[in-house]
Amino acid sequence: MATIRIPTPLRPYTNGQSDLTVSGETVGQVLDSLVQQYPALRPHIFNENGELRPFVNLFIGEENINDLQGTTTPVKDGDRILLIPSIAGG
Amino acid sequence: MDVDLSRSLFGADVAVTPLRAVGGLETLVGNTPLIPLRRVTAHLPSTVQVLAKAEWFNPGGSIKDRPALNILRTALSQGKLHQGKRLLDSTSGNMGIAYATFGAALGIGVTLVVPANASPERIAILKALGAELILSDPSEGSDGAIRVARQMAAQQPERYFYANQYDNPANWQAHYCTTGPEIFQQTKGCVTHLVAGLGTSGTLIGAGRYLREISPNVQLIAVQPNSPFHGLEGLKHMPTAIRPAIFDESVLDQTLWVETEEAYRMARRLAQEEGLFVGISAAAAAVGALKVAEQLEGGTVVTIFPDAGYKYLSDKALWGI
Repeated sequence: MATIRIPTPLRPYTNGQSDLTVSGETVGQVLDSLVQQYPALRPHIFNENGELRPFVNLFIGEENINDLQGTTTPVKDGDRILLIPSIAGG
Repeated sequence: MDVDLSRSLFGADVAVTPLRAVGGLETLVGNTPLIPLRRVTAHLPSTVQVLAKAEWFNPGGSIKDRPALNILRTALSQGKLHQGKRLLDSTSGNMGIAYATFGAALGIGVTLVVPANASPERIAILKALGAELILSDPSEGSDGAIRVARQMAAQQPERYFYANQYDNPANWQAHYCTTGPEIFQQTKGCVTHLVAGLGTSGTLIGAGRYLREISPNVQLIAVQPNSPFHGLEGLKHMPTAIRPAIFDESVLDQTLWVETEEAYRMARRLAQEEGLFVGISAAAAAVGALKVAEQLEGGTVVTIFPDAGYKYLSDKALWGI
């Protein structure tokens, strides 16, 4: 089980929760579990073809998954995954 | 400080201030080119033109030179910022770069709260300019940075002048005094629509107020992300964000809600079809401007391109590289 940190703008879709424990052996599986638990998150994270939207940044610890193996990056028990928003105005 | 703001704001007579060393750089702020979009507008009738204000021509590389300089000058003239005090603000990057640029030129220390997920390019530029950086929780975004800056300002009022770009009227007044008049003059008074993205909202509120006064029928149109979770760096989704005090919705005629992917596609089109290598907020503004223009039989639509694309190069998904 990994912990995934939900950014402020997405917390309305997770009943206000900021840290969720989700199962999965890869980042992709963790995300699938997440959107099954909270279906309202799906259109914010995935496009109509089920692909990760281009601005969705995911980190395991300090590492961007794009610098690892993308959504097939393995996830270990206790890993902390960060879902990072872009930076708004100013 | 003895600064006549009404005369010297961005003008050539800054030498009247005791801070003699900054005259050159300050005089380069504003008076940016207004560039017609030609190929991405090829489907429009010849009676409709779309013009983009190329704000990366400012010395600090973005539109934020205008409000940063005015906020600094206003604080100096009011005695709120003086030797030994540091300017403090939260920023997504461009405002910080502008503060750091003019802070360096004026000899004023600059402390910035920046979300830790700011692009590496921005963080590197801020460090190169000598700014002190406080990195805030990336999950909390810009609003988290605002909260940290507020707390620091409250805890150490003797150390910091809290510039507070979101609530400081000197922000929109910069655009009222410069951006608005420039647009009116460059279009020879023909501007019919102004379309701009909302970050602090200072650009559209300030330039819009000026244009509305001088040309009451001009339409003022805001561009916002269509979702609270988006990739339009620099733009705010106002319904879910800390609302800037300077944001006066009554000034606006309309808001267009833009999807991130539309703006990404437009960023690539502007680069490859117009030779305009602009940032993501500029691309979102262009999406909005084209939507407005497509509804017109005639008109002059002006939009604002806040910065160039260089600071977004590490975002490979944006450029498809």
